[in-house]
Amino acid sequence: MIENKTREKEDEGMASNSRRDFLKKSSVITAIALTPVAAVKASDLKLDERLSEAIEQMSLSIEINGQQYNLKVEPRLTLLDLLRERLKLTGTKKGCDQGQCGACTVHVDGVRTNSCLSLAVMNDGAKVTTIEGLANGHELHPMQEAFIKHDGFQCGYCTPGQIMSAVACIHEGHANSETEIREFMSGNICRCGAYANIVNAIREVKAGGKV
Amino acid sequence: MNNFQYKRVSSPIAAITELAKDPAAKLVAGGTNLIDLMKYGVMSPDKLVDVNHLNFNEIVKQDGSLHIGATVRNAVASANADVLKYQPLLSQAMLSGASPQLRNKATMGGNLLQRTRCGYFYDISAPCNKRQPGSGCGAMGGYNRMHAIFGASSSCIAVNPSDMNVALTALDAVILVTGPKGDRKIPISDFHRLPGTHPELDTTLDRKEIITGIVIPDNAFAANTTYIKVRDRASYAFALISVAVAMELEGTTIKDIRLAMGGVAHKPWRLKEAEQMLKGKQASVENFKMAAELAMKGARAYEHNAFKLKLAPNTMIQALKTASGIKA
Repeated sequence: MIENKTREKEDEGMASNSRRDFLKKSSVITAIALTPVAAVKASDLKLDERLSEAIEQMSLSIEINGQQYNLKVEPRLTLLDLLRERLKLTGTKKGCDQGQCGACTVHVDGVRTNSCLSLAVMNDGAKVTTIEGLANGHELHPMQEAFIKHDGFQCGYCTPGQIMSAVACIHEGHANSETEIREFMSGNICRCGAYANIVNAIREVKAGGKV
Repeated sequence: MNNFQYKRVSSPIAAITELAKDPAAKLVAGGTNLIDLMKYGVMSPDKLVDVNHLNFNEIVKQDGSLHIGATVRNAVASANADVLKYQPLLSQAMLSGASPQLRNKATMGGNLLQRTRCGYFYDISAPCNKRQPGSGCGAMGGYNRMHAIFGASSSCIAVNPSDMNVALTALDAVILVTGPKGDRKIPISDFHRLPGTHPELDTTLDRKEIITGIVIPDNAFAANTTYIKVRDRASYAFALISVAVAMELEGTTIKDIRLAMGGVAHKPWRLKEAEQMLKGKQASVENFKMAAELAMKGARAYEHNAFKLKLAPNTMIQALKTASGIKA
């Protein structure tokens, strides 16, 4: 927990440093070139910087895997990039980055979502669960166990998305037959073609009633 | 993706004000289409107005009609008890679109405004009159397998990709909108446009108006509806051809009927002549074939989509058979 918080501060520093530096430098250069006295004074007060921050950085309060984060984000940052690039939660994968492959599937307020097509800022106040938040300590989630048992993957890249989607598929009540599972897992593409084993894993978890 | 300002609004007036203030502002709800287009550089609004917090989240049965709020998610609407009971066609069509994850985000209002999936529209290095008016149409002399067979113009042959819109068209839905000049009700057949000389305009919605909901008038079709979607994969693909049928049967006589086709035009394609022909007739394969022939009048194929001229009537006949329960 402590480690995460520290990390978050460092990340924030990294994310905004280059922009701030650029704005600072550019405003100083502009100031010197144009109206020396007033503009240099404005630059000293960091008015440019404050203005650009007001426009470009939004407050985001979000709970991820049980941990609360209070962040500042650019509006264009996706939930996927927030997870992977800012918070280093790299379990969630970036496949197509266009909502076609499902590798980025996470649960937002219990609902499975393509995190690549969701702006982070639109998830203010949300509770997010990623693949990292599925296990109970060292005890794997039944779906994770079942994917290992049934060999529900080959290269593994789609697996976090498949597992998050599979858990939701059962919660939604859409895992009652092989046909239904195949239809309601169609948003998760597996290029290795592990579909048959993925279906078996989901059927077993559903039958076991643990999800 | 270009950077942009983000504004969360909590009232329709605030949303309209933002749109009126800034011509380059766009509304965002589920974001499943817009954010994708922004990543490709196809759309680059300088402000996104988040309408998720407007209170249009209800599905209500009122005076016989079904009212569905604009920000109701497609997944929620398709599983709603009243939708399943009174308008099962809508649920069936919506469930055949996209993936569960996308339907969890996508809203009713957003789906109405879903933009074409034409590859030339998405490819910013290609000409496209819809994306960049006056630049030409890449599809016309290019690869046009997914494209229109009805209602196209010399400037655009793209199709509307939505399944939901096809069902809503068959069900005579009315789109509720509000804007600076007050509220309007737009019948869905007047909501989506044919391309003409302005393919950049998908709908007749004013730039400063917002969709607040959809009303489906009461009907007696629930027992005999079907949506058949033919596509390249068994699931999670856009329609090559889709057909929505809503029918009221009296014994084996067709008392009333609505027909609409998807994947064939710039807007959901209502088949009124075929409806007129079938009204009062027996539900028989012979009549269905005649109706399908009538429906295809005026169809025109391009280099790669001539298969649609056969696939469309065949799909229509199959849908009519399924909806009426005729086996032969």
